[in-house]
Amino acid sequence: MSITSQGALRGNDAATLRQALSRADARRKWRAFALTLPLLVFLLLTLLVPIAALLQRAIENPEVAAALPRTGKSLKDWNAQTPPGPASYAALVEDLGHLSDSSDAGALARRLNSEAPGARSLVMSTYRALPLTGSPEEIQARLLQLDPRWAEPLFWQAIAKNSSRWTPDYLLASVDLRRDSKGEVERMPPDQRAFGAILLRTFQISFLVTVFCLALGYPLAWWLASLPARKANLLMILVLVPFWTSILVRVAAWIVLLQSEGLVNRGLMGIGLIDSPLALLFNRAGVVIAMVHILLPFMILPLYSVMKNVPATYVRAAVSLGSAPLSAFFRVYVPQTYPGISAGALLVFILSIGYYVTPALLGGADDQMLSYYIARYTNVEVNWGMACALGAVLLTATMVLYSVYRRIGKAELSIG
Amino acid sequence: MKKNIIALAMASCLAVPAFAQQQITVVNFGGANANAQKKAYYEPFEKAGTKVVAVEYNGEQAKIKAMVETKKVTWDVVEVEAPDVQRGCDEGLFEKIDFSKIGPKADFLPAAVKECGVGVFVWSTVMAWNAEKVKTAPTSWADFWDVKKIPGKRGMRKGARYNLEFALMADGVKPADVYKVLATKDGADRAFRKLTELKPSIQWWEAGAQPAQFLVAGDVALSTVYNGRIDAANREGRNLKIYWPGGIYDLDYWVIPKGAPNKDASMKFIAFASQPATQAVYAQNIAYGPVNNQALSKLDKKVLDDLPTSPANAKEAIQMNVGFWADQGEALEKRFAAWATQ
Repeated sequence: MSITSQGALRGNDAATLRQALSRADARRKWRAFALTLPLLVFLLLTLLVPIAALLQRAIENPEVAAALPRTGKSLKDWNAQTPPGPASYAALVEDLGHLSDSSDAGALARRLNSEAPGARSLVMSTYRALPLTGSPEEIQARLLQLDPRWAEPLFWQAIAKNSSRWTPDYLLASVDLRRDSKGEVERMPPDQRAFGAILLRTFQISFLVTVFCLALGYPLAWWLASLPARKANLLMILVLVPFWTSILVRVAAWIVLLQSEGLVNRGLMGIGLIDSPLALLFNRAGVVIAMVHILLPFMILPLYSVMKNVPATYVRAAVSLGSAPLSAFFRVYVPQTYPGISAGALLVFILSIGYYVTPALLGGADDQMLSYYIARYTNVEVNWGMACALGAVLLTATMVLYSVYRRIGKAELSIG
Repeated sequence: MKKNIIALAMASCLAVPAFAQQQITVVNFGGANANAQKKAYYEPFEKAGTKVVAVEYNGEQAKIKAMVETKKVTWDVVEVEAPDVQRGCDEGLFEKIDFSKIGPKADFLPAAVKECGVGVFVWSTVMAWNAEKVKTAPTSWADFWDVKKIPGKRGMRKGARYNLEFALMADGVKPADVYKVLATKDGADRAFRKLTELKPSIQWWEAGAQPAQFLVAGDVALSTVYNGRIDAANREGRNLKIYWPGGIYDLDYWVIPKGAPNKDASMKFIAFASQPATQAVYAQNIAYGPVNNQALSKLDKKVLDDLPTSPANAKEAIQMNVGFWADQGEALEKRFAAWATQ
C-alpha cells in the first residue's frame, strides 16, 4: 500500500496525487465503518429485527387463512347475518379434513376463540368428529346435530373476518376498537373496553413518578453538586448502592416497610400522626412509592452532571446585583439546569411506562400498567398477536414522547 | 477434516457423562409444593439411577410454546395447570401419554387421565381465615361478602377465574349450578355486579404465597387461597382455618413437551410419581390430594382430614370447569381488566 502512494508522490502528478488522497480517504472511511460494524450488526440483531418481528406479529393472521381456504372462499358473498348455506359447511369439513396435523386445528381453534368465545371447543369437537361424508346438505345437518352452535352467525363471522393473511384487528383491539360484521370500525362494547383506560393509567402513574422523582431528586442533586468532590463522591455511592440492588429485593423490602404492621405505619402511629394504619400496599400509593425509589437515580445522575457544570458565580453575581436569593435561584440557576431536568424526566418517564414487576407485586387489580397485560397475553392467554399489538402501542407512545421532547427541548438527549 | 475431529472430541466429552448417569429436567411451580415433590419423587427417583434437575417456573406456557416451535426443547417433564393440558395438547405442544406405561387407569381419578397428561395431585381454592384474629367463623360464601358480620379486607386472586364462581355462590347460586349460570350473559353480568359490591374491600393477590401471608399479618380477615398454602403455614405453627364448601378443586398434570430430549426416562419418572407409595409420601408433605386412589389407604386420618379429596371436604366442592375457562377465559379476563378500571 505504501509503495503505491510513494510512487504517486515521486511522479509528481497532480491527478495521481488526488486519486491517492481520495483512495486513502475512502480507506479511512471504510475502516471507520468497519469499526462501527459490530455495533451496527449488534443493534440490527438485538433491536431492529425483534422490533420488526413484533410489528409483523401484530398484524399477521395466518391461522384461519392457512387452515380454512375453501371455507373463506365460500363465505365471500355471505350476508354475515344468517347462517351460511350448506356449501360453506361442506367446505369447512373438507378444510378440516385436509389439516396435516392436529396442532393446526389447535392453532385455528385458539385464533377463532379469541375472536368468538366458545369457538375453541366448537372447532376441536368438530375436528375430532371427522371424517364426515355426504352431500353438503347432509354434512350441514350432521354438523348442526353435532353442535347446534354452528347455526350461530358469530362463529362464521369470525372465520370470514380472518380469512386474509393480515389483519388490523389486534391493533384495533389494543385501542378498544373492532370491526363489526360488515367490516366497519366501531368501538368495543363497554364491558370489553379496557386498554384505553389502562394506557391512560400507565401515563398517569408514570407522570406521578416523574414529578415525585424530580421533587426529591432536584434538591439532592443540587446539594451534591455544591459539595466538595470527596464528600460528593461518597454520597454518590449512597445514591448508587440501591441502583445496583435487584428490583425484586427492593420491592420485597418495601412490602416489609409499608405493610399495616410495618415500620412506616408503626412509626406514624407511634408519633401520634395517625390512629389506624394507612393502606400503603397493594394500591396506587405503594406502586408510586416503590417506583420513585427505584427510578430516583435515573433523575439524580443527569441532574448532577448538568449542575456540576453550572458556575456558582452566576448566582452570586445575580445576588450582588440586587436579586433576592430565592429569585436568583429560580431565575438564574434553575434555567441553566433545564437540560438535566428534561433528560432526567424523559428517562424516568420512559422507563416508568414499561414497568411490570413493581405494579404486579405492589399494586391492586386497577394499578396494573400496560406491560402487565402484555405479559398476560404472552404467557397466560398465549395470544401473541394481541401481546405484540399492545407492545406496538407502547413503542409508539414512547416514540411520540421522544419526538415531542426533541421538539420542545430543542437539544440532543444528553445523559451523564 | 480437522473440524470433524474437534467436533467428535467435543461430542465424546459431552456424551461420556450422559452415559454415566442419565439426567432429566423436571419443571414445577416452586414453593412448598416443590419441596414435597422433591421428597416424594425426585430424591427416590435419583436413588433409582436418574438424576433429576428441578427447575421452577410460573406456568408460562409461552416458554413451552417457544421451545417446541424452535425445536430446542430442554425440559423433559413439566407440571402444568388443568386448562393448559387440553389446550397444549390440541396445539401439539405435548407428547401423547401411553398409559400402559403409567399404571392401570382404573386406579386413577377419572380426571387424572388425559390424552397428553397425567394428574399430579388435586388442589383446591378455598376460603380461609386466621383463627387468632377473626373471632366469628364464616359459615357461607355470603359471609365472605358480609363486611359487617366479619369486618376487614378480603384477599382475592387478581383475575376473573375463581372470583366469578365465588361471587355467584355468595349471590345464592348452588355450587353445582355455578358454571351453568356463568355461561349465560346474565350470569356473567350478575357475577361482576356481585364483585362490584365487594370491590372497596378487596386486597388482590398475585402469587400463591401472598394470601397466607396476608392472613398471618392480619392484613385481610378472609381470603381465597390454595389449600396447600394454609397447610404449609399451619405446619409452621399458625392457626389458619379453611371453609371447604364451595371450594373449587382442580388437578395439576405432568406433561412431556413435544420433542423432549429424554422421552423414555420422562415416562418412567411420571410412572414412578404416579405409584400409590410415592403419592402417599407426597400427600404427607403437603395437603394436596393423591390422584392414585390406592394411595388413600396408606394415609392416616389426620392427613386425610386436610386433603381436598377427603369425602367430608369434597362434599360441597366443585371441580373447576376447564372447558368453560378454555372457551370463555380470554373474554372474561379482558372483561375483568375493564371492570377493574371502572
